[in-house]
Amino acid sequence: MRANKSMQWMFLAAALLALPSLGIAQQGEVHVGKVTGHSDAGKQLYYRFCWGCHGFHGDGNGENGPYLNILPRNFVAATFKCRSTPTGTLPTDEDLYDSVGRGFNNSNMPAWNSLTKQQRADMVAFIKTFSPRWKTDKPGDPIHVPAESAVTLDSIKHGKELFTKLECWKCHGQEGRGDGPSAPTLTDSNDQPIRPYNFAAGSRFKCGATNHDLYKIFMTGLDGTPMPSFADVIKPEDAWDLVHYLRTLQVTTKSPELALWMTSKEGAEIVKAQKITGTPTGAGIKQ
Amino acid sequence: MRTKQAFMAGVAILAAATMTSAVPGGGTVSGKVTYEGTPAKQKPIDMSKEPSCAKQYAAPPPTETVVTGPNNALENVVVYISAGAPDEPPPSQAAVLAQKGCRYLPHVLAFQVNQELKITNEDQTSHNIHPLAKINREWNKSQPPGTPPISDKYDKMEFIPVKCNVHPWMHGTFAVMKNSHYSISGADGGFTLPDLPPGKYTVTAFHESYGDQTQEVSIAGSETKSVNFVFKAKPY
Repeated sequence: MRANKSMQWMFLAAALLALPSLGIAQQGEVHVGKVTGHSDAGKQLYYRFCWGCHGFHGDGNGENGPYLNILPRNFVAATFKCRSTPTGTLPTDEDLYDSVGRGFNNSNMPAWNSLTKQQRADMVAFIKTFSPRWKTDKPGDPIHVPAESAVTLDSIKHGKELFTKLECWKCHGQEGRGDGPSAPTLTDSNDQPIRPYNFAAGSRFKCGATNHDLYKIFMTGLDGTPMPSFADVIKPEDAWDLVHYLRTLQVTTKSPELALWMTSKEGAEIVKAQKITGTPTGAGIKQ
Repeated sequence: MRTKQAFMAGVAILAAATMTSAVPGGGTVSGKVTYEGTPAKQKPIDMSKEPSCAKQYAAPPPTETVVTGPNNALENVVVYISAGAPDEPPPSQAAVLAQKGCRYLPHVLAFQVNQELKITNEDQTSHNIHPLAKINREWNKSQPPGTPPISDKYDKMEFIPVKCNVHPWMHGTFAVMKNSHYSISGADGGFTLPDLPPGKYTVTAFHESYGDQTQEVSIAGSETKSVNFVFKAKPY
C-alpha cells in the first residue's frame, strides 16, 4: 500500500515535469505538425538567409529593402498578409511556416522549400522573437472553412453576382484584371503603391494556389494591404460560389471552373472577349 | 493608533475612488486652439468615381486634413489630459462612426480604451474600414451597403488614422483615450475639459496634420483655467 502511494507521487511528479512538452509551447518554440522549431537554430538561419532584406532587427529595413518593389515584411510590427486567422489577429505557426515555404508570388520573397521542414520551423520560431505581440497576444482562431460545394454553372453565376454586389470590381476590375477604378490609388500600410491582383494573367495567388487558399484570402483579408476581410458579410456557402467564379477570371489557367464556364454561352463570350495583358501584380496594365 | 491608520487608509481609498472619475463641480480647463501662418488649402473632393456619393452634395465638399474657422480657429484638435488623471473604465455607450456621403462623420472620433466602437455604413456603396493602428492591431473589413454595424474596441491608447481603400479621399482619425477628460475643438477652436479634481495636469493638444503640443496646468477647487494652443500651419 505504502509502495503504491509513493509510486503515485512519482507518477504525479513525472507528469508535472512532462507538462511543458504536452502541448504547452515553450518560449522560443513552435510546433508545426510533428516538427518542433527552435528559435536558437532559427537565428543562425535568419542571419544567413533572411536579414539582407528583413533587416538585422527584423524591421524590414535590410540592405536590400529599399530596392524591392514590395517592401520586406516588418516582423516587429507583426502584421501578416497570409493567415488562416481573422483580420487583426496574429497568424498561426502553420501560417508562417507555409508562407516561408511557399514564398510570395510576384514579390522578391522566394519559396524556401530548399530548406528542410526543420529549418523552416526553426526560422518561424526565430521570426516570432522580433515582436512583443507574440507574448501579449494569442494567434486568432483559424476561420472555419466548410467542405467545398460542387462546381456548377449556378454556383459560378451566383459568384459573379457576388463579385458585382460586393464591389470586388472597384479594385480588381470588371474582368478581374486588376484595373478597377480604385486600382491606381491603392497603397499598402507602408504608404507604398500596391496593385490589386490581376486574375487574368496569374495562376497563383499571394497566399497559395488552391480553392481553399482563395477562400481564406478574401475571408481573412490580407492585413497590411487594401484587401479587406469579407468574413462578416459573406456566408460560407456563398463564399464557395465566389471562389468558383474567381477561378473563371483566371482565363490563362486551366481549371474545372473555367472549363465548365466555357460550356455556357455567357461564359464563352465573356472569356473570348478578354485580351490578356500585363502581369499578375498589375504592372503593364493601362489604368 | 490602529484605528487612526485604518481611518487614514479609508480616506486614501475614498480619495483614490474619487480620482478615478470626473468630479462634477470640479475645476475646468478651457481655451481655444488657433493656427498661425497659412494652412494648406483644402481641395474639393472629386467623387465622380462614386456617383451615389457625389450626388449627395450640391458642391463637392473639401478635404478635412486641416479644418479652420474664423479668427484662425483650428477645428478637430483633440485636447486631453495626458498626465495627472488616472485611467478610467470605459463608459457603457458606444462611440459611433458613420460613413455617409463617402466621408467619415465625425472626421475625428474620440473614445476610451475598451469602449465599444460602432461603425455604420449609410451609403449605397461598399466601404472598407481600414484603421491603420500601429500600437493596437491593424485590421481591415469590408462593409457593403445595408450590412449591420461593425463593432470593435481598442485596448491601448493611440491616435489611429482611418481610411477606406476603395475611396481614397476618405480619411479620419480615431483618438483612443485613457480617461474621459478629452474634448475636440469646434468651429471656433474652443474646447472644455470640465469636472477635474484638484491637481496638476498635463494638457495635450493633438492635430492630425500638425502633431501635438503640451502645457502644464494646476487646478484648485472649482476654478476655470484658461489654456490656449497655437499650431504653426504648414502651407502644404
